[in-house]
Amino acid sequence: MTQSAENTVQLALQGVTKSFNGGAGQVTALEGIDLDVRQGEFVCLVGPSGCGKSTLLSLIAGLEQADAGSMLLDGEPVRTPGRDRMVMFQQDALFPWLNVLDNVLFGLRLKSNLTEVECLEVARYYLDLVGLADRELARPHELSGGMRQRVALARCLAPNPRVLLMDEPFSSLDALTRDQLYGDIQRIFTQRRKTIVLVTHNIREAVCLGDRVVLLSPNPGRVRQVFDINLPRPRRINDPALANLAAEVTAALATHLATSESVE
Amino acid sequence: MSLRRAIAPLLALTLALGLWELLVARYAPGSPFLPTPSAIGRWIWGAILDGSLVSATLVTLKRLGAGFLIGAAIGIPLGALCARVRVVRDTLGMLALGLQTLPSVCWVPLAILWFGQEESAILFVTVMGTVWSVVLAVQESVLAVPPLYVRAAQTMGSRGFHLWSHVVLPAALPGVLSGMKQGWAFAWRSLMAAEIFVVILSGYGLGSMLHDGRELLRMEQVVGVMGMVMLVGLLADLAIFGPAERWLRRSRGLSA
Repeated sequence: MTQSAENTVQLALQGVTKSFNGGAGQVTALEGIDLDVRQGEFVCLVGPSGCGKSTLLSLIAGLEQADAGSMLLDGEPVRTPGRDRMVMFQQDALFPWLNVLDNVLFGLRLKSNLTEVECLEVARYYLDLVGLADRELARPHELSGGMRQRVALARCLAPNPRVLLMDEPFSSLDALTRDQLYGDIQRIFTQRRKTIVLVTHNIREAVCLGDRVVLLSPNPGRVRQVFDINLPRPRRINDPALANLAAEVTAALATHLATSESVE
Repeated sequence: MSLRRAIAPLLALTLALGLWELLVARYAPGSPFLPTPSAIGRWIWGAILDGSLVSATLVTLKRLGAGFLIGAAIGIPLGALCARVRVVRDTLGMLALGLQTLPSVCWVPLAILWFGQEESAILFVTVMGTVWSVVLAVQESVLAVPPLYVRAAQTMGSRGFHLWSHVVLPAALPGVLSGMKQGWAFAWRSLMAAEIFVVILSGYGLGSMLHDGRELLRMEQVVGVMGMVMLVGLLADLAIFGPAERWLRRSRGLSA
């Protein structure tokens, strides 16, 4: 990939606003979000619960509609869900009636330009990439939580989306499995140079994975600060330099929370 | 293992039948109202030999199969429609809820008036007994499909009919299957009611045989046919629905 391609903006959000009608009246989940994600960039959205980061991901995925603002993917407006933006959810969302291979094939088979043989080839390539080539006939319930998320990752990567969206995919895993997956994700990201937007409430995780960490604050959800993370990859979650940066982001978050509370 | 498990029920059955035989022989020998197990056994054996029991069972099973399949074929799409469209759920779904509480034998007078003493009257009663419980079960299980599956499928480009056939219905299958099982049970009860009350000449089923046993005051026939009706119901559970449910649960890891 050329340097210029790396610098082109792939996903451009401008003034994105979204509110919900809750029991306590209208709640503004997101207000005036501006965010550019470059091609091949790993962006992490962090913030406390209620800051609208998951909502923002749903909007990008096209699963929900913004009230105002524009959202462009490679210059095209985003309105509906599509294979160019695959989502990895907090729960693996694997279909229990399909085996591992058929789960990965699900999205591929919907691409009309691939033959069944090509689909199989691609599916097996990505199962191999996540280290589960030998489990293709297993049912999801026969796998551990970490393996299931790996299958979900393969399922998302297989249709070759332009952007991979991840909605706290590691939060339900134990620490050991999570560390392993951080390694896998970084390896795959370095190999495939996929544009990734990850939502998490774990600041250490965001600093470990992201090229940029975008800090959001709640009531209403706004972008507060953006941190560039220039640590070399592969990064280790327990690295002291990484821990220092994470502490910096945490401190910034605390300051923003304190000021937004004093305003109210 | 299943053979060893069969020992206790078989032993209990033999014991109960022996006690029954002894008690009747001792206190009411020759009573027309209390047949002995041996008399019932003789009647069943005779009815098997002259072919009447087998042909009656086949007639009944054919009606049951037709009624159940038609009921399911109507009920599944209607249930899906109820789940999908709120207006349909509030109207047809409510109607189904009401009609499901109606004991199926209540359809018999209406069926006789509409169709006469005909095969179609029996079919109608069986279908009416089946369809509403299938509608409700399908509606409930489709509504209970985790939205996450639908969202995941949508991001992979699944829409419309594909979303239904490849995600919603497979996800709802366990509920649909238990709905079918319940529908089958209702169909079976409805059919017996219909066969006992609708006297027709086109086919002689188990219900008619039961009815004739009463008319002729042949208690051993009445009880023998009751046993046969029980056996058919039990076999359907053990041979069809039981294995299907077990397979479904095991393949999805719903039970250890």
